[in-house]
Amino acid sequence: MVDSNKKEEIGMSFMVKTVTRLTAVVILLFGIYIVLHGHISPGGGFAGGLIIALSFVQVMIAFGKDIALRKLSEAKAAVLESVGGLLFLTIAALGFLGGHFLINFFASKGRPFTLFSAGTIPFYNIAIAIKVAVGLFSIFIVLVILKRAKKEE
Amino acid sequence: MLELQLLLLFMISAAIIAVEAKDMISSVIALGTVGIGLCLGFLLLKAPDLAITQLVAEILCLIILIRATLKQDLPLVRDGRWFFNTFSTLCFIVIFLIFVFLALKEISVFGNPEMKIAKEILTGSLDKTGATNFITSVILDFRAYDTLGEATILFAAVIGVAAVMRKIGRNKPRA
Repeated sequence: MVDSNKKEEIGMSFMVKTVTRLTAVVILLFGIYIVLHGHISPGGGFAGGLIIALSFVQVMIAFGKDIALRKLSEAKAAVLESVGGLLFLTIAALGFLGGHFLINFFASKGRPFTLFSAGTIPFYNIAIAIKVAVGLFSIFIVLVILKRAKKEE
Repeated sequence: MLELQLLLLFMISAAIIAVEAKDMISSVIALGTVGIGLCLGFLLLKAPDLAITQLVAEILCLIILIRATLKQDLPLVRDGRWFFNTFSTLCFIVIFLIFVFLALKEISVFGNPEMKIAKEILTGSLDKTGATNFITSVILDFRAYDTLGEATILFAAVIGVAAVMRKIGRNKPRA
């Protein structure tokens, strides 16, 4: 009992943790929805990536640094950030198939108002979302780690 | 596009001067001429909005760099060339006002914007990109270069925050 109490001390109170358990996944799903429907409805890579990052930030605020970093560590975040940028550049370079850099090279753009439409735009959205989400989360990680380093001194 | 090539040559030579100059302030001024050349290049390529942004950013950069490089304030000359200074200032004010008058006459009437590009996007965007969210079709298709730049800026921001906040840099001076 004492041991579990000790564990509870990390992060915020019991209520915040319970609410976070319920909402974090929903926020993450909502972010993914915004990203994937960026070419149909309002939203897109930047907004969706921000929401995804905020779901991780919420976990970090409620449960403390260690549990959030277990979900997405700093090394993984660094790799994913680069992956997002390189994915964007790769899709942009694939535009050479259709003529020049950054062109929307798919021959058939698909039916409008469906998920599989608009050529390369959904892929750009996904790449930007990865980049924005991981970038903002890594900024937050860096700020938290600095705070801890100051406390340890 | 001969003007553009001449402008690029001018910018390259100014950049070389900025790198090679011994004096700090002259290299800063050469850097400023590179920026003004870039601004003129944007104007030649018919992107006036970018040219205005570039001009403002360049002036701001120049002021900050001059403040950073100057060790002390330059002495203010009050005596001697009083007449020349006042006369040249008045001349520049008059020339500036004439140019402002001519430029303001060219702007279209208030309430009648020339929305040629916007109209093109509103009518032809769906056929060209297949995206029903026109904002997304602009930022990821028509203006995808800008988005690439934005992604780069985000990357630079993350690296900058990590560089400022990193532990090693914080602890080294105390050890």
